[in-house]
Amino acid sequence: MKILVCVSKAPDTTTKIAFNADGTALNTDGVQYIMNPYDEWYALVRALELKEAGGGSVTIINVGPKENDTVIRKGLAIGADSAVRINSNGGSAMYIAKQIAEYAKGEGFDVVITGKESIDENRSEVGAMIAEFLDMPFISYASKMEVAGDTATINRDIEGGTETVEVDTPFVLSAAKGLAEQRIPNMRGIMMAKRKPLNVVEAVAFDDLVVPVHYELPPAKSAVKLVDPEDMDELVRLLHEEAKAL
Amino acid sequence: MVLVFAESQKGVFKKAAFEAVTYGYKTAQALGTDCAALTLGSVEGAGELGKYGASKVYNIASEQLNAFDGGVYAAAIAGAASELGAKVVILSHTSTGKSILGRVAVRLNAGSVAGVNSVPNVDGGFKVRRGVFSGKALADFEIKSDVKVVSLMGNAIQPEENGAAVGVDALSVDLPASRVRVKEVSTVEGTVPLPEAELVVSAGRGMKGPENWGIIDALADTLGATTACSRPVSDVGWRPHHEHVGQTGIAIRPNLYIAIGISGAIQHLAGVNSSKTIVVINKDPEAPFFKAADYGVVGDLFDVVPRLTESLKKFKADA
Repeated sequence: MKILVCVSKAPDTTTKIAFNADGTALNTDGVQYIMNPYDEWYALVRALELKEAGGGSVTIINVGPKENDTVIRKGLAIGADSAVRINSNGGSAMYIAKQIAEYAKGEGFDVVITGKESIDENRSEVGAMIAEFLDMPFISYASKMEVAGDTATINRDIEGGTETVEVDTPFVLSAAKGLAEQRIPNMRGIMMAKRKPLNVVEAVAFDDLVVPVHYELPPAKSAVKLVDPEDMDELVRLLHEEAKAL
Repeated sequence: MVLVFAESQKGVFKKAAFEAVTYGYKTAQALGTDCAALTLGSVEGAGELGKYGASKVYNIASEQLNAFDGGVYAAAIAGAASELGAKVVILSHTSTGKSILGRVAVRLNAGSVAGVNSVPNVDGGFKVRRGVFSGKALADFEIKSDVKVVSLMGNAIQPEENGAAVGVDALSVDLPASRVRVKEVSTVEGTVPLPEAELVVSAGRGMKGPENWGIIDALADTLGATTACSRPVSDVGWRPHHEHVGQTGIAIRPNLYIAIGISGAIQHLAGVNSSKTIVVINKDPEAPFFKAADYGVVGDLFDVVPRLTESLKKFKADA
């Protein structure tokens, strides 16, 4: 199978988020960046497992500036064969999807995989948009995927359960927890990654239809009200009368 | 016109449908226009959506729409929006909505924002607010296209009745062939799925082992709550993955979140800090979760939780 895995860069999960004074951009001082966990742990690893089982290739693609190469190299170290970076400062979900679709349309990928969402934007939009641009089926939130010939059987997470679907290649998939297990790159992988191809492609023009105008932190919580552990009647009373949660 | 896709499962509306129509009604009021609702496949009592503010309810009755294929659904919704001249299309930020929002937006060449949590600000533009950085921050986005597509976060607003039931108008839209074959849909019966739950009882490593979950289940049963857990607990297999809430699990915003034996790492807080009321039960008074809590109980959970269950039983019996 020829597989394309879409990876994004996001602030490390332990990052304390802060914005610049006028609330128009993230304050990046001291922020460590990682590969978006859903892309790395599930999308990329499942793609590698499919290649190991049935042959083919795994390409990773990122839409972003040169600084993203560190994250892309990690994907190569984990085992992807090659990488593509669409040189751009990013943009809306549709902008990103358009760039990926433009690259993918002539390449004949059997499967395009994204993480279910990025942990910074949390949009869950890019996969469906790539699928629409490429006129392919899209299966969201896959927690299991088996492939036999040209047909994949996929479990997708739905509210309170699972839906099992069958779809033929080519298709687009978004990866959720359970699809694979995280892999840590080894030294050999890290050395080999330096020699693997990372092709840089210029972005196509596309006007954003959505722009962020303001960021802020949620209002601070007032101090916690401590309740005597011996007196749970009091907690119930507070939840009922004060919080109106019961 | 504002067009709301009202989601149903097995012919019955989800709670998200009533929230979305309420949201659509409020958006239409802000814009000075009407709100219409769209239902797909066979749905019972579609006209009831009128009560939540839809002045028209449309149905595309095609048999094909009784099984979910995101490509077909997106074609139906985008087709209906074009035919009816809708300027704003509203979906729910559910597993269904996430599968189709992007497709609908591309089809309509519309700017889209997923998971909004408040009514649009239409004062000099069209701005919507949503959580970013997995709940650690909020952002306002401006949609600049003529047609706009948004999806509404679950539990962001409560369904409100604003009108009366209306008749249902049949609509016909050209649909592409299905390419996804649904083999099985298995859902846990009798419990409210986590993203929709208003009451959530969640437990973590402080439980010491999976065999101790009986007290959590008893509390959840008494409360009528859905159970959840922290990442370490689902990673070691004490609890199923679908219960994992947090930055890399499910983000939730229930009315009440009771966290038991969870220290409150920043990644966990990110997924739950939009909950309206947070109760933390932990024996460590220094647990970071207390800083994010409304009510805190410093004590041994193995004593406190059964005591809380008894107090709730008493409260329910008196109510």
